[in-house]
Amino acid sequence: MFGLEKKDANLLLFVAALAIFAPFILNPFPEGSAMAQFNAGYPDLMQRFAIFGIFAIGFNILFGLTGYLSFGHAAFLGVGSYAAVWMFKLLSMNVIPAIILAVIISGLFALVIGYVSLRRSGIYFSILTLAFAQMCFALAYSVLTPITGGETGLQLALDDPRILGVSQTPEGNIPVPGLFGLEMRESFEMAVGPWVFTFNIGYYFCAIIMLLSFYLAIRIFRSPFGMMLRAIKSNQQRLNYTGLNPRPYTLAAFVISGMYAGLAGGLMASMDPLAGAERMQWTASGEVVLMTILGGVGTLIGPVLGAGLLKYMENILSKINKGVLEGWFSFMPDGMSDTFVFLTNLFVGKQWHITTGVIFMLVIIFLPGGLVELGKRISGMFRKKDDDNTKSAKAEPAE
Amino acid sequence: MGILEVKDVGKRFGGLQALGDVNLSVKEQTCHAIIGPNGAGKSTLLNCLVGKLIPDTGSVMFDGSSVLGRSPHEINQMGISRVFQTPEIFGDLTVMENMMIPLFAKRDGAYRLHAIESVDSEKSLIEQAHQMLEEVNMIDKRDMHAASMSRGDKRRLEMAMCLVQNPKLLLLDEPTAGMARADTNNTIDLLKEIKEKRDITIAIIEHDMHVVFSLADRITVLAQGTPLVEDTPENIKGHPKVQEAYLGETQQV
Ligand SMILES: Nc1ncnc2c1ncn2[C@@H]1O[C@H](COP(=O)(O)OP(=O)(O)OP(=O)(O)O)[C@@H](O)[C@H]1O
Ligand SMILES: [Mg+2]
Repeated sequence: MFGLEKKDANLLLFVAALAIFAPFILNPFPEGSAMAQFNAGYPDLMQRFAIFGIFAIGFNILFGLTGYLSFGHAAFLGVGSYAAVWMFKLLSMNVIPAIILAVIISGLFALVIGYVSLRRSGIYFSILTLAFAQMCFALAYSVLTPITGGETGLQLALDDPRILGVSQTPEGNIPVPGLFGLEMRESFEMAVGPWVFTFNIGYYFCAIIMLLSFYLAIRIFRSPFGMMLRAIKSNQQRLNYTGLNPRPYTLAAFVISGMYAGLAGGLMASMDPLAGAERMQWTASGEVVLMTILGGVGTLIGPVLGAGLLKYMENILSKINKGVLEGWFSFMPDGMSDTFVFLTNLFVGKQWHITTGVIFMLVIIFLPGGLVELGKRISGMFRKKDDDNTKSAKAEPAE
Repeated sequence: MGILEVKDVGKRFGGLQALGDVNLSVKEQTCHAIIGPNGAGKSTLLNCLVGKLIPDTGSVMFDGSSVLGRSPHEINQMGISRVFQTPEIFGDLTVMENMMIPLFAKRDGAYRLHAIESVDSEKSLIEQAHQMLEEVNMIDKRDMHAASMSRGDKRRLEMAMCLVQNPKLLLLDEPTAGMARADTNNTIDLLKEIKEKRDITIAIIEHDMHVVFSLADRITVLAQGTPLVEDTPENIKGHPKVQEAYLGETQQV
């Protein structure tokens, strides 16, 4: 199906099902219940799942296949966001031209940065990409203020030209991003008993783009090009003596993954039409590395899962504050509940990074293959049990 | 004129003259063995042929054009494939994938962005890879992780990867080291057969004299970076200088 092997087609269908039913899957708890704060089925967060999924899928094409670890990929995300917002300012509020420009501009940036950075490998490559990204970040804050909006960020204004659209709506507001009349922010709510599910246009748009990106990534993984990229990671020396020039391959991988990042940035701006330099900061570059490793480097689905897990923790853990914790532990005697609130409080709210840090360390130490390896081990355990069962079942009649 | 002409090649590593004025001419469709004690400079000489090292002096001509200053992948594209002294394979890939990469390099050149069609759709290349794996008796290992194989199997795989490219010149650096006797004999048979069937020239470095005398048409003895003698296997066997410099000490013929 779609020119894929059965296994890959199933994976694609699985991710598609996750994406389509995300509003249900992510909202398992009834509205107003104590557990409702663990629901993640609201538009803003679901959009981010899909967008960072794209970012991580693209990053994995470079890092997972070639082993080149870029520490500057957020630069392409930021560039994509700026490009998209400029399209909204100058052309129209249609998201299609915006994300196309985002992909093209970030691709050009990736071509230049990749061309220079790929002259080195290993840690030197990582440092070069980091330096480039920090340079972009600094430029966006300073000399490039006319293009980037500096510290305030790039925002839409009532007097933007928007030559194919309108500068302002009849009511005198700034128009919102949309797709041929469908507004990205529009949502429908469905109530089933105490449950409320939200279906958001913007989310489904991001999800469709994410699925297309995922499909393309599968094709790349299974192509001769993908095989060459894995060969580069495995033994670049052998590749050279086999008559292949690794440079254009790594550069192409770098540009492709940069374009994925730009696409994610363009989508981010399409959901919320503003762009700021902080999107390019090294912490943002580090985040995509974490996502990829958490999910499983070099696997197809890993980056998507990793992006989901990290964004979930960021949003859900950071919402839990002292008041919430006091509620949880109120059943305990006073002194005890205070201790528990104090201890748990170290890992939630603003300190949610501590939790991700701990999880990240645990994954690196015990599960170097990330969530995908966890899944494999669990299914392996079941299979082993099955084997044991069939064995004992076969053995029994003999006795 | 041979297909490979090495003229006055010298290479120095710091204070060590690894190669000094090496002259070597390999005739087309012959097998030329290079023997000599450890540290004689045999591998260094091959490194100078494939672009891994650039000699300090001298010239290296292959098939009428110079290889000096060309990068390794360009030299391979000219028709030179090399098996290394320590197996160089793609350890993280399967045996079959290891075979496909040289085939793509041969068909598509040093670079081609074929990112959409799948490897599995390349039926004719897959067919060629299968045939080659059959020839080296490795077809049953086709889906194995290359790194998980024995050293001897890695060598056979590396040789298959070179042979499948159908090179004009095949450079072998101790291809049977670490192989079981039976595999060594199979390798000899395979190389003999290839030599007969194909339009191929082989330069082989070997410590195993059985392999050398089974395959070589001419032998060069290298010692301390300079060729001592070059002659036919028959003459080399009895050569006093050779006995003294090499064979006498390390191996009985
Ligand atoms: N890259 C290098 N840097 C410094 N010295 C080197 C380098 N490569 C080889 N040498 C030295 O050059 C000399 C010749 O080495 P070479 O590997 O060519 O020997 P060889 O004839 O292949 O020996 P062997 O039979 O052990 O493989 C050795 O003394 C070795 O230590
Ligand atoms: Mg050697």
